[in-house]
Amino acid sequence: MDFKLSKTHLLQQEMYRRFAENEVKPLAEEMDETEVFNQDLLAKMHKYGLMGIPYSKEYGGVGGDYLSYVLCMEEISKADASTGITISVHTSLCCSCIDSFGTEEQKQKFLRPLVDGSKTGCFGLTEPNAGSDAAGQQTKAAYDEAKDEYVINGTKIFTTNSGFADTFVVFAMTDKSKGTKGISAFVVERDMPGVTVGENIRRMGIRAASNCEVAYENVRVPAANRLGKEGQGFKIAMKALDGGRIGIAAQSVGIAQGALEEALKYVKERKQFGKSIAKFQTTQFKAADMQTKIDAARLLTYRAAVTKDNGENYGPAAAMAKLFASSVANEVCRECVQLMGGYGYCREYPVERALRDAKITEIYEGTSEVMKMVISGSMKIV
Amino acid sequence: MKIVVCIKQVPDTNEVKLDPKTNRLIRDGVPSIINHDDKSGIEAALRLREKVGGTVTVVCMGPPQADVALREALAMGCDEAHLLSAREFGGSDTCATAIIISAALKKIGYDIVITGRQAIDGDTAQVGPQIAENLGIPQVSYTEELGIDGDVLTVKRQYEDRHHIIEVKTPCLLTALQELAEPRYMHAGGIIDAYEKEIKVWGFDDLKNDLNPDHIGLNGSPTKVVTSFGKMAKGAGTKLEVSPDEAVAAIIAKMEERHII
Repeated sequence: MDFKLSKTHLLQQEMYRRFAENEVKPLAEEMDETEVFNQDLLAKMHKYGLMGIPYSKEYGGVGGDYLSYVLCMEEISKADASTGITISVHTSLCCSCIDSFGTEEQKQKFLRPLVDGSKTGCFGLTEPNAGSDAAGQQTKAAYDEAKDEYVINGTKIFTTNSGFADTFVVFAMTDKSKGTKGISAFVVERDMPGVTVGENIRRMGIRAASNCEVAYENVRVPAANRLGKEGQGFKIAMKALDGGRIGIAAQSVGIAQGALEEALKYVKERKQFGKSIAKFQTTQFKAADMQTKIDAARLLTYRAAVTKDNGENYGPAAAMAKLFASSVANEVCRECVQLMGGYGYCREYPVERALRDAKITEIYEGTSEVMKMVISGSMKIV
Repeated sequence: MKIVVCIKQVPDTNEVKLDPKTNRLIRDGVPSIINHDDKSGIEAALRLREKVGGTVTVVCMGPPQADVALREALAMGCDEAHLLSAREFGGSDTCATAIIISAALKKIGYDIVITGRQAIDGDTAQVGPQIAENLGIPQVSYTEELGIDGDVLTVKRQYEDRHHIIEVKTPCLLTALQELAEPRYMHAGGIIDAYEKEIKVWGFDDLKNDLNPDHIGLNGSPTKVVTSFGKMAKGAGTKLEVSPDEAVAAIIAKMEERHII
């Protein structure tokens, strides 16, 4: 067992770190305040390959592995969690469905522009009445045999990136009587008639991410845009989410490490009772506890990524990584705000944003409770 | 157009630490980067290639660890890389270094050679001009802006109190200022490609036709460092908490007292 990153991974980590420091960090506060994701930043992320990391060069991707993608998520989220989720939804939810279940033709048509820097993707599964119970899909896709098209009707909510995405992977019931086996997956393009993207939903954290309600009204989608077989949609979504969770775990590690670094900078400068508060052992012990937990979360995250890269069953490892790392992110951010006292609570300091951003990691791409269902299910307790 | 960029890997710090016994840099534990001016040189070369076509080759003399600097250059988009690394090259001063790099450049071939103005660790600004002298080609130092038309380069050269606009025909050598071109990031995919490429490592034997062993390395270097020392810490100084007019009078009086004015 070797805990060292390879040279390729180290140089990638360095590049993601520089990009995060120079391009993301300076924009983070303003993007949070305005609740608008900077499109020049998005263009730069595409330009330097950040939106196509674990995809083959054959399709115009970077040709990296999942560990490379995790390193990117961690470094970018250190600077800004909203930018992290923008990369994550595009990469591990939208692109992965097409990469894993698309035909060669679909990959050339839909995956290539997504990973070569031309287009941005999103993923529409969650509905107002179908969250953790994803099987409760109400969006329908009716097959029109005469035109070899599906007609999609329904509403999706919390579709991250939908404000500016070009390509939507959307799930809809093709046969309600079959339950989860009646769900199918489709690639929908933004400019198809009947697609309406609503206002950005105002949130507590990751406020710069675009997150809207998307209505599909008689959207006619060619049958050639269906991913996998009819009825395979639930499986496609669950597989994408298994991988996505590793990205969220990495995002959580990044949020926590970023907050801790900010807090440590502060405690060295802040003087109370005649000395810098870094000199108090209680500060040092808090820092030790936090770094230990972050490292444990990081190791679980890297393990899940490497398990996926090795082609092994990574579902439970991904769920453990997300469950633990998201909890650590919340604990560490809360503790960092506490260390910084009143200033930590102010918008002027990035730990205030980190604490608001951290909460969502326990909710999206499977809540902590769903993670426990996945983990305990794999333990075959009953 | 064959463009060759000579780069140096330097410690990422302004506080260069020296080994008091050997007077040489302590590299252990200090993160290394591509020298800033050299990185601008890489960017300028890549932009030239985008304009007129051709190839960008990057050359670095240094220990085996300098490999990562060359990988970074490849990940930015350079076509090939050479590492000049040998025990015989160790301890070379600027003159000996320029001799070794010149030998490599003769072997590689070039239309344009770009070096950084100077390295942040040595600050000599000598190696670039010395290479041009060794190769017998024209040189323009302190390049701030660069244009190209056929085989003629138009260079805006920074000078003490003015700029010079200089036209120079290839083959030639330019030394790049950091302001010449804001370097791009490595491309994520470029990093993967960079580690799949071969970096040619050349030692003494590979360049021996153009090298005299008496003119390279520590012994072949005409410059000898007699001693080196860190800056002495200055005292805290005197703080005057008076009105501006009183402060001016007090400072003038002090300067007169010390015969400065």
